[in-house]
Amino acid sequence: MSPDFLYAVEVLLNGLMAGVMYSLVALGFVLIFKASGVFNYAQGVMALFAALTLVGIMNGQVPFSHLINAVFGTSVHEFGWHVPALGAIALTAVVMVIFAFLVEKLILKYLIGQEPIILFMATIGLAYFMEGFGDLMWGADIKALDVGLPKGGSIWIEENTAWLAAEGSRFFGFFIDKLDVSATLVAVVLVIALTLFSQYTATGRALRAVADDHQAALSVGISLRAIWVITWSIAGFVALVAGIMWGSKSGVQFSLAFIALKALPVLMLGGFTSIPGAIVGGLIIGMGEKLFEFFVGPLIGGATENWFAYVLALIFLVFRPQGLFGERIIERV
Amino acid sequence: MYYREAGDFKTSYRADQQNFPIRFDRIHFWVMMALAFGVVPFFINDYWANAVFVPFLIFAIATLGLNLLTGYCGQVSLGSAGFMAVGAYASYKLMTSFPELNFFVVILLSGGITALVGTAFGLPSLRIKGFYLAVATLAAQFFLVWLFNKVPWFYNNSASGQISVPRREMFGIPITGPETAASTKYLVCLVIVFVLGFVARNLTRGRIGRSWMAIRDMDFAAEIIGVDPLRAKLSAFAISSFYIGIAGALFFSVYLGAVEVGEAFGINNSFLILFMVIIGGLGSIYGSFAGAAFLILMPVLLKNVLVGGLGWPSDLAAHLEFMIMGALIIIFLIVEPHGLARLWAVTKQKLRLWPFPY
Repeated sequence: MSPDFLYAVEVLLNGLMAGVMYSLVALGFVLIFKASGVFNYAQGVMALFAALTLVGIMNGQVPFSHLINAVFGTSVHEFGWHVPALGAIALTAVVMVIFAFLVEKLILKYLIGQEPIILFMATIGLAYFMEGFGDLMWGADIKALDVGLPKGGSIWIEENTAWLAAEGSRFFGFFIDKLDVSATLVAVVLVIALTLFSQYTATGRALRAVADDHQAALSVGISLRAIWVITWSIAGFVALVAGIMWGSKSGVQFSLAFIALKALPVLMLGGFTSIPGAIVGGLIIGMGEKLFEFFVGPLIGGATENWFAYVLALIFLVFRPQGLFGERIIERV
Repeated sequence: MYYREAGDFKTSYRADQQNFPIRFDRIHFWVMMALAFGVVPFFINDYWANAVFVPFLIFAIATLGLNLLTGYCGQVSLGSAGFMAVGAYASYKLMTSFPELNFFVVILLSGGITALVGTAFGLPSLRIKGFYLAVATLAAQFFLVWLFNKVPWFYNNSASGQISVPRREMFGIPITGPETAASTKYLVCLVIVFVLGFVARNLTRGRIGRSWMAIRDMDFAAEIIGVDPLRAKLSAFAISSFYIGIAGALFFSVYLGAVEVGEAFGINNSFLILFMVIIGGLGSIYGSFAGAAFLILMPVLLKNVLVGGLGWPSDLAAHLEFMIMGALIIIFLIVEPHGLARLWAVTKQKLRLWPFPY
């Protein structure tokens, strides 16, 4: 096979892996949207916050140390211990549950029955708040996150695919990041776990009932507010997973919050209410933008990844507004 | 007690339909204008102009524009900063290609160019609405910023990729460029804001504004009573973009002077303008000004109190500012989804009766 074709395949594979990362964020959106009809813009910031908290706990940082030092003139920074990765992840999960509880208690409770766009804007406000809060609590510097996932290109894959091209051509096997592979595995496990949870447990069924019809669910005795706390907690876990993956890949930093924006076109493509849609949409966007950048990017100046996903979603909207797997609920004009 | 309409009789249709039917409002408005035009320019200095007044006036235009679209016509847009960039680059290209063109003509033309672009990106609104449309306008935001970054024609092949405003004069006084006096900047913006505010107010009272509101409230019903949704929506996009484009042109030429597109017209500014609309009040001209003033003043105030007053590091103040801004938006949406404009209306109602409870 010719090296050019193989390069294209390599780009495609890497695009698929990047797509998995988008899917992870999009999943959190879909969960909350299905259960509460809220389009949660803060999902990306939740991932950032979870990753920040994880790093903070692992390194034994003192929360709000910056603020405390500024107010009292002290200079505390760290407790001086290190928490192992698994323990820290568990503690972060607890933080995310508390966060879900507070969101329900302080915000959602008061906004029941408002228009979706008002709720959407409220989550933008929440995103801003969390951004400031996370930075205030843990500091705004870029942090390295290492929970022990393998990193770097996989030599094994490279060696075992090098034979694909003819001898002497400039192709040395596919370069695939191990981290992307583990992210894919984690995403698969996560989706299977979520599917099993929503199909076979009582709570999962209650979640689906609420997603179908709020009032009917209320009338058979499902507590809406408890369900919302649970959904936001699950979305918090998904955000934590996404935060770990993105944080290990590119460091825990502010730009993590912007992956929420990347997840929007994924959702438009896949449909707002479909978990498989989020996965497939993520894969299509990841693949599409990498291939577009590879083939068309050099012709028009590169960096097309910034907008390709949106334009693709825009074109898609015109022809199939409910997305690939979405229900036909979108309001058409 | 202070706010009375008793004794304010109208004897002609003309008097009945004026912009401020209540004499008290009218007097206050003209007193404010007299202060803004006659007093402030003599006392303004560089700090006040650059930190408060000029950004306030420019964002007031952008907020007015977005409010026409979102508040009056019900179409949410997250691409405002992208359209501001269109206005800025249009004014730059016009000023450098036609150096003898009058500055105000340049500003108007860049508004017009932005209106064309905005209408093109408004086309999806004919098929989708709600936050699907919001995401569609995000496409505009990212695509436009990318375009201005990548195509050298837009920034005249300058090495840094920045655009910087050439010096233009009017009546021998520099109105753009580094030597511009604070009061000139302020007055240029103020004149444009005054005219645009007047136009916006009257647009929303007339046929076109009412057709927007009909579309906003219920598009089916509007279509049945004879409002053409295509015309109403596209005109809303066009006029809104016209305003936002003018704001962008002023932001670049009068306020910043030199612009790097990703920084000055990033997605954060789109959100900022949207927040100004929400906090000021959806569907209110007064609210656009109130919202812009609030969100421009608050960071300045916070900075002065926290950094200047308490001696905190400025990054801490910046984080707190984010938190307070987010919290305020949530609180506003919970307590008063109609924003500052509604609060003001309620206060007026109370003042009418004060000191009596009923």
